[in-house]
Amino acid sequence: MSLIEFADFSFKYLGADSLALRKVDLKIEEGEYVVITGPSGCGKTTLCRAINGLVPQFHRGYIAGNVIVDGKNTRESSVAELAQIAGLVFQQPENQLVTLNVEREIAFGPENLGVAPEEVRRRVEELIDMLDLDHLRDKHPHEMSGGEQQRVAMAATLALKPKVLVADEPTSNLDPKSAEAILNLIAELNKRDMTVVLVEHRLDLVSKDASRVVLMDKGRLIADGAPRDVLTSDLCQEIGVGIPKATQLYKRLKKRGITLDTVPLTGAELAAIVQEVKRR
Amino acid sequence: MILLEDVHFAYDGLYTALQGVSLQIDDGERIAVMGSNGAGKTTLVKHLNGLLRPDRGRVILDGVDTKHYSVAELSREIGLVMQNPDHQLFLETVEREILFSLDNLGYSKEESKERCMRTLNDLGLEGLAERSPFTLSGGERKRVALASVLATEPRVLSLDEPTIGQDARQKDKLASMLSELNEKGKTVLVVTHDIEFVIENFPRTVAMADGRIVADGPTNSVLSNTEVIEKCSLTRPQLTDAAMCLHAIFSDVPQRITLLDDLEEAVVNVLGGT
Repeated sequence: MSLIEFADFSFKYLGADSLALRKVDLKIEEGEYVVITGPSGCGKTTLCRAINGLVPQFHRGYIAGNVIVDGKNTRESSVAELAQIAGLVFQQPENQLVTLNVEREIAFGPENLGVAPEEVRRRVEELIDMLDLDHLRDKHPHEMSGGEQQRVAMAATLALKPKVLVADEPTSNLDPKSAEAILNLIAELNKRDMTVVLVEHRLDLVSKDASRVVLMDKGRLIADGAPRDVLTSDLCQEIGVGIPKATQLYKRLKKRGITLDTVPLTGAELAAIVQEVKRR
Repeated sequence: MILLEDVHFAYDGLYTALQGVSLQIDDGERIAVMGSNGAGKTTLVKHLNGLLRPDRGRVILDGVDTKHYSVAELSREIGLVMQNPDHQLFLETVEREILFSLDNLGYSKEESKERCMRTLNDLGLEGLAERSPFTLSGGERKRVALASVLATEPRVLSLDEPTIGQDARQKDKLASMLSELNEKGKTVLVVTHDIEFVIENFPRTVAMADGRIVADGPTNSVLSNTEVIEKCSLTRPQLTDAAMCLHAIFSDVPQRITLLDDLEEAVVNVLGGT
């Protein structure tokens, strides 16, 4: 059984005049790193909300089809229940932080779910260590940089021991260095068996780590596959999704009759592939 | 012309955000302000339209200290689009949101309506005029906030992180709109982490760290300075990175490339084909 399964799922927000998601079929297996991308307003955020039950439990509306997460139908399960399976991280960490210090912030979720105090303490220390938050213990969230706030928000999400981390543009408010650090951390978590669903526009930053890219447009899934296949499809251009420069160059060269052996996703990959071709 | 003279500012008198910033912004310029989170970029732009006032130092607009002007007066000249659209949007529909600022500036009903429609079209929001901003996606809300300021056509347009949540097509549209406004003589200033957007659209870059300006000059030279990159928590854009990786292997590939066309030619040359 898949960890996440969308079966012919459609959703329309209360008061909206068009569907946010249209007949979505999507299966995500344990251990995958899935990047969701597509034009602004295409339904990416709604898809994330549907994974942890915010849609339809909190955001109400017209609903058809089902979403099954770790065997639970999101129509019938509470957000609190689903939060232990799917942890959400948002774009604005400041909207997510609710307490005044790092330890309490991380403890907040598990405490609310009635986890035993010793276990809560153990998780707090483990996450402070893993996300390198020790120096922030005594800081107020407003004294932290955006990158630091986002690391704390991630720690608080991970404290619920979710099976899948769902991150909705988690780095778009961060400076490039902090963004890189957060994305490296997410890739690292995925290597330690955490399933990841990440919404991102900047594919040059994330496609190298992803096992799969899903392309959305107007509430529908229009492509789904390995990053190198999806990013070279002309669909990206048609719907206005930006692909990495190295991948763009691959496509341009191909048009001129030069076909590189593999599709590069980064500058370093491009250089290595060109070197390989040159050597022959 | 806007002149910042040795501007100092601390939030609540405690949290230092600007420590002596001096900057000259000439009419018709296109400037990008870059730097790490907490470097003082947002604090700086909020000084332009008087939302924040310097603790020490002066902000001078066309020779007059802005302390003599109210925020309302300054807003006619200097439009500010905030980073988080939710801090800016408050009305029931997209259309009313945009008409609000126009009405406040005293435009006639017809003129307001016309400007509103034009701006919505320019930003690809024409189908959303009757929607509530709060039912829109993050990227769409961002564009509504932008539209509400663009519609008033201020002389100076300052945008705090305008590319967040925008796909490649929206970003291109935004860039061409800004260059159109610039050609009409408007000054455009953006705060952004989007280094590719800056390289492609802004000739001058101001780099900030710890409440100070650490570099100010032509974008290409500021952003190829490794010390600035380090200090301001920037990373190299992929194109530059690709050029450097190729240069390390093939010395005839230039180390510095900022256009995809040039990279393409360089690779074609390396492979000895046409």
